[in-house]
Amino acid sequence: MKNNNVSILLISHCYEIVSGLKNLLNQVQPDVNIAISGGIHDEIGTNAFDIKNALESVYTSNGVVILFDLGSALINAELAVEMFGGNKKIIFADAPLVEGAYAAVVESGLGNTVEEVANAAESAKQLQKISD
Amino acid sequence: MLFDVSGAKHWIVRLNQKLQEQKKYLTSLDQAIGDGDHGLNMARGFQEVVLKIHDTEYKDLGTFFKDVGMTLILKVGGASGPLYGTAFLKFSMELKEKKEINGIELGEALSAALEGIRSRGRAQLGDKTIVDVWEPVVDLMMSEGENLNPDELIRLANEKMEDTKDMEAKKGRAAYLGKRSIGHIDPGATSSMYLFEALAEVLKGESYEE
Repeated sequence: MKNNNVSILLISHCYEIVSGLKNLLNQVQPDVNIAISGGIHDEIGTNAFDIKNALESVYTSNGVVILFDLGSALINAELAVEMFGGNKKIIFADAPLVEGAYAAVVESGLGNTVEEVANAAESAKQLQKISD
Repeated sequence: MLFDVSGAKHWIVRLNQKLQEQKKYLTSLDQAIGDGDHGLNMARGFQEVVLKIHDTEYKDLGTFFKDVGMTLILKVGGASGPLYGTAFLKFSMELKEKKEINGIELGEALSAALEGIRSRGRAQLGDKTIVDVWEPVVDLMMSEGENLNPDELIRLANEKMEDTKDMEAKKGRAAYLGKRSIGHIDPGATSSMYLFEALAEVLKGESYEE
């Protein structure tokens, strides 16, 4: 593990989406541990076992914030978290994947808590991308 | 009525036959309101399940249905993998170490499976999902118990599947379509109808080999 920052787990139905997003985030903040899970057996979809492995690879006592793309990714991610075991610092962020992950990685890089990182991701929902 | 590991195998084999036969139809339903992978996902998932159970001797219903559930979670990438997978896992927990069950126990175990689907998918009756077939069918099985008429089960499952046509989708990929989802039968409700149709056929005493 790189440091004591909150880790980020990115889940998409498509491997290239989260793979590319991770590249983008690494450039912004190289000190935050990011795991990805995308696709299933080289096709579109998500897989609870693959998500669980990704979660394990970055989990620390500082916690993990999970971001996902579409509904069934959440279903598989919740199943993965259950399999990983209860009572852990893991928060699902109800956030747009790209903007939410960007906000989360910045917040995590500042050394903030798992709750603050999740809130930062969720606040990206209100982000105005084109100013008046 | 008694349901044992042999009956369980016939059920899953029969369901897989139906899913292979209806793969294109399920996909066409899903192309109309979803992401078009339901037929392929279900056909592939249950083919894997049949391969898994084919070479294994099961001592009880619990271990049999645990394998069914785990295989679906492992192999199916859409929502149907974790939803049907969770259903069969909850079902297996109710049937732990049981070699055969009667109609009442079958209804109770399916009721636990339905609870698993509901909590995993957070879907309510009328959301145009698999719950719209599962809930009334499980209610029927619970109320009829040992007196269940399999033909009535088939009739009800088909009727409830048809009823999803007039619903507006509230869950899953179809929810993005809003009112435009009205007029299409839900693909998940359809695969659930096959699941109960296959079960009813086995309860009637029909047997299915690969």
